[in-house]
Amino acid sequence: MKSKLVLFGTILVCFLLQCTLLHMISIGSITPNLMLILCVSMGLMRGRKCGMWAGFFSGLLIDLFYGTLFGFYALIYMYCGFFSGYACRNYYDNDIKVPLALTAIADVLYNLAVYALQFLLRGRLGLSTYLMRIILPEVFYTVFIALFVYRVFYYVNYHFMSTTRKESESIWVLK
Amino acid sequence: MKNLKKKSHFRINLKSKHLLGIMTMFCVSTIAATFASGVTTEPLKDAAGMIIVPFENSISRIGSWLTDIRDSFQEKQVLILENQSLKEEIDSLTTQNNKLLQDQTELERLKQLYKLDEEYSEYPKVAARIISKDPGNWYDTFTINRGSEDGIRVDNNVIAGKGLVGIVTSVGPHWATVRSIIDDSSNVVAMTVSTSDNCIVTGNLELIDEGKISFGQLYDQEDRVTIGERLVTSNISEKYLEGLFIGYVSEVELESNNLTKQGTLVTPVDFQHLKDVFVITVNKQDVRSVETEGSPDEE
Repeated sequence: MKSKLVLFGTILVCFLLQCTLLHMISIGSITPNLMLILCVSMGLMRGRKCGMWAGFFSGLLIDLFYGTLFGFYALIYMYCGFFSGYACRNYYDNDIKVPLALTAIADVLYNLAVYALQFLLRGRLGLSTYLMRIILPEVFYTVFIALFVYRVFYYVNYHFMSTTRKESESIWVLK
Repeated sequence: MKNLKKKSHFRINLKSKHLLGIMTMFCVSTIAATFASGVTTEPLKDAAGMIIVPFENSISRIGSWLTDIRDSFQEKQVLILENQSLKEEIDSLTTQNNKLLQDQTELERLKQLYKLDEEYSEYPKVAARIISKDPGNWYDTFTINRGSEDGIRVDNNVIAGKGLVGIVTSVGPHWATVRSIIDDSSNVVAMTVSTSDNCIVTGNLELIDEGKISFGQLYDQEDRVTIGERLVTSNISEKYLEGLFIGYVSEVELESNNLTKQGTLVTPVDFQHLKDVFVITVNKQDVRSVETEGSPDEE
């Protein structure tokens, strides 16, 4: 219960930072994607289910305030969190390289999904422009920010959330 | 006790991929619901806004406080340089002002000609501060700290001193979301001031670096629209009040259909550093209904 509350609080804080503070440090109108880092790190540290819920609720917040289609961002973030949860069993979460790589992959997929579903369908065909101007800068900036932010999430996970994840991880029980 | 045990068993048995499937179904159905049947999520938005917006307000207040402090610590040298450049600017502005005074008479004539007498100042306005922006890099929407209790409604036009900024898309008691005209999904019907030709101004993410927005479907056979032409919101626009200044034409070229023209325009609004905006609390629909009520003979 406590870890759920902490998770929800972290999502709220990240959303607030994403909408206000991160715009102040944006470079060339590109802001890093803090919410995605949160989903990926939660997936990596706590498993698929937790990553999924983190993604769902952070996407839901974005949908509530800025989305045109309710549930769109929730869906994308949810999948990002879920698939990074597959890394939970296979990698140690105290190695910084894994979350960075996962963040990069998830950010590319996230942006491609947004492009394909919201821009390509409206006939905006210049993928290369978007790739060079929006997607790649965002990926690099996000990975750079993740370098610092992941340690914060790591600290939050092991100090404020219950560490009984090996037992609560249903994959272990079932398989 | 038995019940409890059963419950916990059930929770474990729900595999994460099944949970993912359920949640995917949920998301897809909400997308379909909002897309196809226009189910509104206003109550949810209001509830979330009540929690989030006070925080955003305070963060933006702290942010502006910090900028004030930083500004007050600016170095003397910087101020001297600034003073110098400002003096130069005064000189150039004086000459410009003389020129503008000459243009004033022309403007008066144009106003009469095109009935743009409804200046911005005649509309009731509410000043608002931008407290947060959308989290992604794909769209340009932002939240302001005034809402329905200050008289703001959906489809209110938003301006920032010099020109049109955007339109209100959703409203809570103490906040409102604004979609700016440089947003990739924004479309505004505009007209040229000198020839009253209509065109459509579309936000375009590909032009983001140049600070421009694109326009198209401008019918101009006699090549009368040139660079520097002013574009204002059109009288046939459904949601934008007539005569709000959008920007200056910076490029014009023939479209591939050889009939209409397209190009780019520069807005006088600095969207990168936008902080304070004005919301016009009159909608186009109200203006129209008042006009028809006032003069029923003209119909």
